[in-house]
Amino acid sequence: MKAVRTILLAWAALLALLALTVAASFAPLGRVLPYVSYGIAIAKTAIVAWIFMDLRKRDGLQRIAVGAGVVWLAILFVLMFGDILTRGWPS
Amino acid sequence: MMGEVGRLQPQFPTLARQREADHFGMLIFLTTEVLIFGGLFAALFVLRAEHGAEYVKSSKAMHLWLGGLNTAVLLTSSAVVALMVEAVKAGGARLAKWLLSGAIALGLMFLAIKFTEYGLEYRDGLVPHLSPRNLHGGPDTLFMDLYFAATGLHALHVTAGLALLASLIWPFGAAPRDSSAVLAGNAALYWHLVDVIWVFLYPTLYLAR
Repeated sequence: MKAVRTILLAWAALLALLALTVAASFAPLGRVLPYVSYGIAIAKTAIVAWIFMDLRKRDGLQRIAVGAGVVWLAILFVLMFGDILTRGWPS
Repeated sequence: MMGEVGRLQPQFPTLARQREADHFGMLIFLTTEVLIFGGLFAALFVLRAEHGAEYVKSSKAMHLWLGGLNTAVLLTSSAVVALMVEAVKAGGARLAKWLLSGAIALGLMFLAIKFTEYGLEYRDGLVPHLSPRNLHGGPDTLFMDLYFAATGLHALHVTAGLALLASLIWPFGAAPRDSSAVLAGNAALYWHLVDVIWVFLYPTLYLAR
């Protein structure tokens, strides 16, 4: 029963975050908006991973498997933006 | 069938180790899925970094409310699938089947809304090659190309996830004896990943301002 309550609370939190992200896109946030949008997306992912995917109950090896995905993704984005954002500087 | 899945196989010393390996393998597979979509997200981020104003203009032409509704549908289906896993663990196969049916109905609803949206974009003249009336061959066309590639690949994953969930109703059954929910748990992991990918697609494609 406790598990059911946790899942329902997580679901309510996810829908609240969805409402928040839609509302934020209408707010005059300008250049800050992407940080807010992706901050909320990361928060939603954390809830799904931690509660729905049961990461809170999994052992270290399984958490490392998930963490490896994040690390490889970080390599992709960091190296890519290292290139893109440093183009066109005066030499 | 489920008795087979839950039973200890000869290569594992204990059942607990076998279950760990089952979930470990699934998580490694999901990591590769994340990287497939990572490439598409990378392309979208570069497009936004290089052509900010055009990117926002294209994003504003998206059907924001349909996308939002779809996010709610998918998040709800994920919650239902999480409840299903709890039901399987508690031995409630009948309840699990009802929850599976509910999750599948929500998944089909997601696809229906998604394809309705594609229809609207066709009407709006925003589909490269098929209905490019309002596209100008620049960043706006690239945005729509990436939009269809990303959401199309995601829709394909939703379809695969639906097949996986349906397989728990038939032929594999919702595991009356599988108290650790190995098969149901792994199908659920896949469904949650599909959900997480959409959680990032939504702000990337619909909410850029």
